[in-house]
Amino acid sequence: MLKKNLKAWLYLLPALLFLGAFMVYPLIDVFVYSLEEGYNSASQTYHGVGLFNYSYVLHDPYFLQAVKNTFILVIITVPLSTILALFISLGLNSIQPLRHAYQTIYFLPYVTNTLAVGLVFMVLFKKTPYSEGMVNLLINWFGGQSVDFIDGPYWAKMFVLCFYTIWVVLPFKVLILTSALASVDENLYKAARLDNTPKWRMFTRITLPMISPMIFYLVITGFIGAFKAYSDAVALFGTDLNAAGMNTIVGYVYDMLYGNSGGYPSFASAAALILFAIVLTITCINLLISKKHVHH
Amino acid sequence: MKIRLENLTKKFPNRNKKHGEYVIAVNDFDFEIPSGKLIGLLGPSGCGKSTTLNLISGLETPTEGKIFFGEDDVTHLPPENRGVGLVFQNYALYPHLTVQQNIMFPLQNLRGKDKLSKDEMKRRALEAAKLVQIDTLMERKPSELSGGQQQRVAIARALVKMPRVLLLDEPLSNLDARLRLQTREEIRRIQKATGITTIFVTHDQDEAMSISDQIVVMKDGVVHQIGKPQEVYDHPTNLFVATFLGTPSINVFRARVQGEKLYIGEENVLATPGIQDRDVICAIRPEGFLLDQEGPFTLGLDRVEIMGRDTSVVCTHEAAVSEVLRAIVRTDSLVDEEKNTVRFSLLPRKVHLFDPETEEDLPFEV
Repeated sequence: MLKKNLKAWLYLLPALLFLGAFMVYPLIDVFVYSLEEGYNSASQTYHGVGLFNYSYVLHDPYFLQAVKNTFILVIITVPLSTILALFISLGLNSIQPLRHAYQTIYFLPYVTNTLAVGLVFMVLFKKTPYSEGMVNLLINWFGGQSVDFIDGPYWAKMFVLCFYTIWVVLPFKVLILTSALASVDENLYKAARLDNTPKWRMFTRITLPMISPMIFYLVITGFIGAFKAYSDAVALFGTDLNAAGMNTIVGYVYDMLYGNSGGYPSFASAAALILFAIVLTITCINLLISKKHVHH
Repeated sequence: MKIRLENLTKKFPNRNKKHGEYVIAVNDFDFEIPSGKLIGLLGPSGCGKSTTLNLISGLETPTEGKIFFGEDDVTHLPPENRGVGLVFQNYALYPHLTVQQNIMFPLQNLRGKDKLSKDEMKRRALEAAKLVQIDTLMERKPSELSGGQQQRVAIARALVKMPRVLLLDEPLSNLDARLRLQTREEIRRIQKATGITTIFVTHDQDEAMSISDQIVVMKDGVVHQIGKPQEVYDHPTNLFVATFLGTPSINVFRARVQGEKLYIGEENVLATPGIQDRDVICAIRPEGFLLDQEGPFTLGLDRVEIMGRDTSVVCTHEAAVSEVLRAIVRTDSLVDEEKNTVRFSLLPRKVHLFDPETEEDLPFEV
């Protein structure tokens, strides 16, 4: 028995070593950093242990802005992208001709590079001295005033960021939901149809409960993904996100480490742990809600 | 409610055009199902039984022909307006709803003047549940029920809206052997109690024979014979029906009629008055063999299987078409297993002759 166990541990050893070195140790390290006050990365010294780093981060206007941006992004994009994906999947599921062609088209953004998509969005939204951008041309055509979506007012920038995020996360959700819809037993619909069930009731009483585990999965991963948003903002607004007022929590962590104001691993660690606490809380709330509404 | 099918035909477009433009699932059905009876649609897999059921339910629309419920032409009526209850082969219970919610589901769809109060719905659901004896399981989910119980829930859900016609698609195929026997009696009892015209599909002839008022034997989309089970068993109109019905199955031989006498091999085994001299296919039910030391029919003896009440004598014969020949005799009659041969005389009404070309029945005077 002991020998058998030993063998198992031996097989697990490479994975454990790598996980330990690159996951567990850094996690502990982050926690330690976050408590070391006045840490100097050059001399690797600090002069105290306490919660000052947390207090600093929580009072930093840039951090508060990043938290606000992240929350707005999460609250708008997660529900909206999930609902949109659901509608698109329902549509894809009900059409017969060219179904696979449409599925491919809807999946294309998923295999496209984030920065490339960002470039396209720049072309669509950016206003320069020489051109108005596609969207502004449209707005003008309808008789509206041009808006600078990239360097203009906060709401316009947030709109573009949300639009962009939804665009990027949509294909994966459509893919998951289309396959979830296709796996619902056809006979359930036939049975419901024979019982003269209205279309809307079929949707709410059969379709939704049957695909609820997948919806729930998408909501949880959607929340986590959106809280970790960073590259999307960079793709649109460049690397100096604090100046643009469009920083996210992960962006703030990055800036604290390597940005212009960088070199503060203690502040970065504290911010990262605050993000961890937020995501954990939200996920727990999600799990509690799902217990009531998700059919497994 | 009687059901009439008139020249009913269903063709499906063929995926592989090499094999023709269409697959004909149901070919020119023309028969009437009397009101309040239990009808078994019987045939091998792929014979169009389920398609027929779907046509009656309205889930499929016929290519040609008409369907009447009583005097109403329902051919183009959508399924939701036909008032049929359908029990699916896999039961199709809503897995996230309790038994009670499943049974109440059809009632909750009623609108306008038919709308029921909550209490009335509960009362009717309980009534249906009592009929199929699952009224103690109302709060369970389908996954917490056995196959037989799920089956009953499906029947209750089909019955609760008081359908004009009840359709059952292979209702017993997902149950184990013992439960199958029990459930088929149950279906019979429920059908008798409600008096709803019921059609069920099966590939198991035992099942169809045991509970149906009438059976419809089908093959390749064509109806071969309709009648009371015993009638069809005793007087099959062609070789397919004869071989499809009965367990163990009927024994088939190449044979010849000469001078109104039936010859199998060199032996004259039976008088067959009324048949011209010709080659025939002879089919003999296992119970048509009578052990007889002096009998005219000699078969090679392979082995003897004792199955309690009966004994199955497994035989061989050079003129046999069937792979295995079986005679069923009473256990108290002794077969001398030391010998290589066994002799039988035949019960004339258990012997059927068919044309080797058309495979149609050739009747002779018994």
